[in-house]
Amino acid sequence: MTMSDLAVTAGWYMALAALLFSIGAIGLLTRRNALVMFMSIELMLNSVNLTFVAVGKELRTLEGQIATLFVMVVAAAEVTIGLAIIVAVFRRRATASVDELSEMKG
Amino acid sequence: MNFDYHALLPEIILASTVMLVLVTDLLPVKKYWAAVVGIIGTSAALVPLLTLTFCDSLDFCEATGARSMFSGTYVVDSFSLVLKGLFLVVALVVLLMSIGYLEGGRFWQGEYYFLLLASVLGAVVMASSRDFISMFVGLELVTGPTFLMAGWRKGDDRSNEAALKYFIIGVISAAILLFGISLVYGVTGQLRFADVAAAIAVRGESPLLTIGVIFTILGFAFKVSAAPFHFWTPDTYEGAPTPVTAYLAVGSKAAGFVGLLTVAYVAFGSTRGLWAGLIWVLAATSMTLGNVVALKQTNIVRMLGYSSIAQGGFMLVPFGALAGADVTPDMLQKAFFATVTYVLIYAAMNLGAFATIIAISNRIKSGEIRALAGLGVYAPGLAGLLAIFFFSLAGIPPVAGWFAKLAMFNSAIGSGSGWGLALAIIAALNAVVAFAYYGKIVKSAWFDAVPDDVSDAMKADTKVAPSLMLALGITFVGTIAFGVFPSLVTGLSEFASSLSSGL
Repeated sequence: MTMSDLAVTAGWYMALAALLFSIGAIGLLTRRNALVMFMSIELMLNSVNLTFVAVGKELRTLEGQIATLFVMVVAAAEVTIGLAIIVAVFRRRATASVDELSEMKG
Repeated sequence: MNFDYHALLPEIILASTVMLVLVTDLLPVKKYWAAVVGIIGTSAALVPLLTLTFCDSLDFCEATGARSMFSGTYVVDSFSLVLKGLFLVVALVVLLMSIGYLEGGRFWQGEYYFLLLASVLGAVVMASSRDFISMFVGLELVTGPTFLMAGWRKGDDRSNEAALKYFIIGVISAAILLFGISLVYGVTGQLRFADVAAAIAVRGESPLLTIGVIFTILGFAFKVSAAPFHFWTPDTYEGAPTPVTAYLAVGSKAAGFVGLLTVAYVAFGSTRGLWAGLIWVLAATSMTLGNVVALKQTNIVRMLGYSSIAQGGFMLVPFGALAGADVTPDMLQKAFFATVTYVLIYAAMNLGAFATIIAISNRIKSGEIRALAGLGVYAPGLAGLLAIFFFSLAGIPPVAGWFAKLAMFNSAIGSGSGWGLALAIIAALNAVVAFAYYGKIVKSAWFDAVPDDVSDAMKADTKVAPSLMLALGITFVGTIAFGVFPSLVTGLSEFASSLSSGL
């Protein structure tokens, strides 16, 4: 068995990324706490990062790595905004469950 | 690295304005000065757009056609000039609408204008982006601040709810968009639109590419609130402060369309088979669902939320109609022209509708459609504006909306395919349904009896803030001028139809 047989190619990383993305999506659909939903979204974003890094390394181009940096920065900015909104909601209702956020319907 | 300062001047001025607004907020002056600085800066940013547009006839300007920067990832072409102009004018009108609204309630003001202008900067950047990274950063710069602005009435449960729902859906759509982009990158190894298109032309289609393209288009479908990805729209529109809703319905939506158009046209132009059918479905469901649900709304802003979903569907029609057609470059051009025309006209009339509703609800302290009854008796001016903007949204000549609909039908039928014709028929039926709810409100405002909860004090109160009056004036002139002289808007959108790939 040579080293190339053992090599993990970008295809495997992309499969793992797809799996992580699906776990995140399922978490998002089934959990009802805003913070846990938020964690699921972070998982989805990180699966994207994994794809970018793996493909970038395989192709030996820098774009993938740069894209990852941008995604991380944007995700961090969104965390800040999201937590601010969750805190604002929590202050008024003392709950972070999205099921109880149903003032508006129709 | 070529750095064309003239071409980047609108962005530079706008970015400086964003910072200056934040500084103004710290100074010991009245808070509305932040808005004044914002208005001056936004107007100043329009000047370089004009000099770039009329570059050929100016001495100091070196005419080079489309200006491509940063190795083709950032392009200033005629499409981006027109759309940037649109975003800046939308920003001006929304600023004017916001001043009175924020002064009247207990709001944080300086930060609001900072966030609004930052979001506009994102939209301006998107219009020039020709690669996925800058497009994504621009898109997030558009949406990030609007999450906070949607929750600006911090003490109101509905505003909090609007912000949280919008935030969660917004971040999901970003994740879906990014996942699509990462798959496209995985298949093609490129992030610049022109390179992606070239790589697809060489490699042909593959299952992975199909998934990537579909996810990318769906990510934008969330942003333009196309059904079935619309469910955040009505709640967010109803709960957010009304000027913010106006910005979401016009500025943020137009930014989504800019992204959708450039990505579909430049990057995925050769894989039309993958996305045209998808857009066909999105257009048909958005129009139908938006219009049918709008019929039974009791809150006017919520009704406009559903109406904006339906209008988004109309904007998608020209591209959906390409499904199943033998597409020539000429037809793509026509579809592009029709969508841009619709976006420009929609911006004028929908901003006008929101400005009118702010003026009305300032007076009658209610957002219920029921409370609008008899408006024509004690406020004929506002009722008249309401009629003009709603008839325009319904597409009745001579106000602007009819021409948007005409361009849309013309492009859909001109595609010559059965699918295009079917979509045109669905759109025609929907235009009739739409007239029912717009017409019902206008009829109620003019002919029904005044409800008891409108007090005499409200009837006598004819005060409209000067800034809001100016916003009403701008949108009124736009809506009438585009309707009576359609050549104004066709000139703009024909100019905008030449989209440069950047290479």
